[in-house]
Amino acid sequence: MNSKTADRIATGVFVAIAIIIISILVGLFSYILVNGLKHISWEFLTTPSSNIRAGGGIRDQLFNSFYILLITMIIAVPLGVGGGIYMAEYAKPGKVTDIIRSCIEVLASLPSIVIGMFGLLMFVNVTGWGYTILGGALALTVFNLPVIVRVSEDSIRAVPRDLKEASLALGITHWHTIKTVILPSAFPSILTGVILAAGRVFGEAAALLFTAGLSTPRLDYTNWNPFSDQSPLNIFRPAETLAVHIWSVNTQGLIPDVEEVSNGSAAVLVISVLLFNLLARWIGRLIHKKITATK
Amino acid sequence: MRLCIYPIMTYFRGVWCIMEKLIPAKDRLLKSKNNWMDGELRGKVLVILCAVIMISATISITIFIGTKGLQSFIKNGVSLFEFLTSTHWNPTDQAKPEYGALPFIFGSFAVTFLSALVAAPLGIGGAIFMTEIAPSWGRKILQPVVELLVGIPSVVYGFIGLTVLVPFIREHVGGLGFSLLSGMIVLSIMILPTITTIATDAISSLPNSLREGSYALGATRWQTIRKVLIPAALPTLLTAIVLGMARAFGEALAVQMVIGNVRNLPSSILDASATLTTIITLNMGHTTYGSVENNTLWSMGLILLVMSFAFILLIRYLSSRRKL
Repeated sequence: MNSKTADRIATGVFVAIAIIIISILVGLFSYILVNGLKHISWEFLTTPSSNIRAGGGIRDQLFNSFYILLITMIIAVPLGVGGGIYMAEYAKPGKVTDIIRSCIEVLASLPSIVIGMFGLLMFVNVTGWGYTILGGALALTVFNLPVIVRVSEDSIRAVPRDLKEASLALGITHWHTIKTVILPSAFPSILTGVILAAGRVFGEAAALLFTAGLSTPRLDYTNWNPFSDQSPLNIFRPAETLAVHIWSVNTQGLIPDVEEVSNGSAAVLVISVLLFNLLARWIGRLIHKKITATK
Repeated sequence: MRLCIYPIMTYFRGVWCIMEKLIPAKDRLLKSKNNWMDGELRGKVLVILCAVIMISATISITIFIGTKGLQSFIKNGVSLFEFLTSTHWNPTDQAKPEYGALPFIFGSFAVTFLSALVAAPLGIGGAIFMTEIAPSWGRKILQPVVELLVGIPSVVYGFIGLTVLVPFIREHVGGLGFSLLSGMIVLSIMILPTITTIATDAISSLPNSLREGSYALGATRWQTIRKVLIPAALPTLLTAIVLGMARAFGEALAVQMVIGNVRNLPSSILDASATLTTIITLNMGHTTYGSVENNTLWSMGLILLVMSFAFILLIRYLSSRRKL
């Protein structure tokens, strides 16, 4: 076979591979959206789920997903950004920094089910809380922390050196420089990274199975007292998220309309993650435009 | 301590601003320098605290899962040899419970390698398409495609596998549908974006002189890719595959929904099987905490942990080769 034919064949193969990848995505999305959008209605989103009868909705699961996401982010973002600042600004090259870097790497590569097991041990059994939103959020924090640390370290390192040096040359201390000069200019990319990480957290289920549980108590949305058992805001109650719901109705569910419910939930989940991605891009571009005055 | 007195200090600083006009500049500057150093220290303590929390999280995960995972061998007297080599898993048998986890360990490795076998050529091929064949428009299309694939949650992959793939295999290929094959296909789609992203970075970061040198010698594009670019990027390409495998090894729910979860060693790719993660997912909820069966599940968790360390070491080794 002469080399020109080989080249043509190879090109054909690579094009075929690209087409396969694209068609996998198109197939997946059209399946999810075509089957799911049929079942999404205002009623589906606002009725509580049912354990045995058909016609249940996903109201509580949807709320739980966003609520756990919010609590996770409240814990994980300050910690992660702090860690990122440390790695980018304070860590001196050496043994200690290497150890921290390895720790981040280990945390990032842990399977989410292992993090779920750790959460079960620490936040469910040792603390004696049982399945709680807080336990789930802490497990997700462990899962999410390395991503945020890496994002904020990269964004802080990407801030031009001149800015920092100019600030230090004005006699401003290191920490004040970080607070007033470096963090604001790293903010857009940190925000983008955090929103993308939020999308990942939103769809995560394995780490939540044994920490936030598979059930939701009967919720009363007019009860805003965060210490009441029926209040949706109570962080010491079990909470089944949307992703966990899809898993549990498919593997342990008794409801007759498993497929409808999971189709609808899958579509809601994917659309939410998609929105997170679009939001991240849009906000990133908007802020970039604002602070750099480019058109 | 420092954190506790923060609100009080802020209050005094507020008062200070009002008094500022009354106090001579010399004192004010001296005093303010003092305050600045306080903030400096507080900031440093804060970020170091964050770093310490990260280290302690990692160490405590290792220690907790480690001790809990070893308990079945130390406290309950399950033989480590039996656990790793026996194919009989029957922990609920009253008379003679058996704790052989080999089918699950085998299942995990089988499904990981098989999915890497499918995803690696696709991922690297996609990366080459993006960087070499159609760098301008190909990248513009494939890049968002890959990013969207990352964004689909794993339960959704599992659910689609369960409703589309499993019946398809049952009707057109054979067997029950719940099989290693289904697990392999679902996982290979899940790890495809990981491999593609890293491979794309690896190939596009190769110096252009390599390509130009090869073309100048009269090599075709395929010869350049095969003889120059792939060997040059090989360590990173392998890293990409290992990272994909690490993800496949630890994936739980998507696999659990399609693999069938039986306790026998599979004899063909169409047989139902089980992996470490799927057994943990299924049984953790309804075994009593502290029982022997529950403890063996923690031992499986320990295997997952050890494997993720092994994957990291492998990646370290590969990236140390890249620098040479």
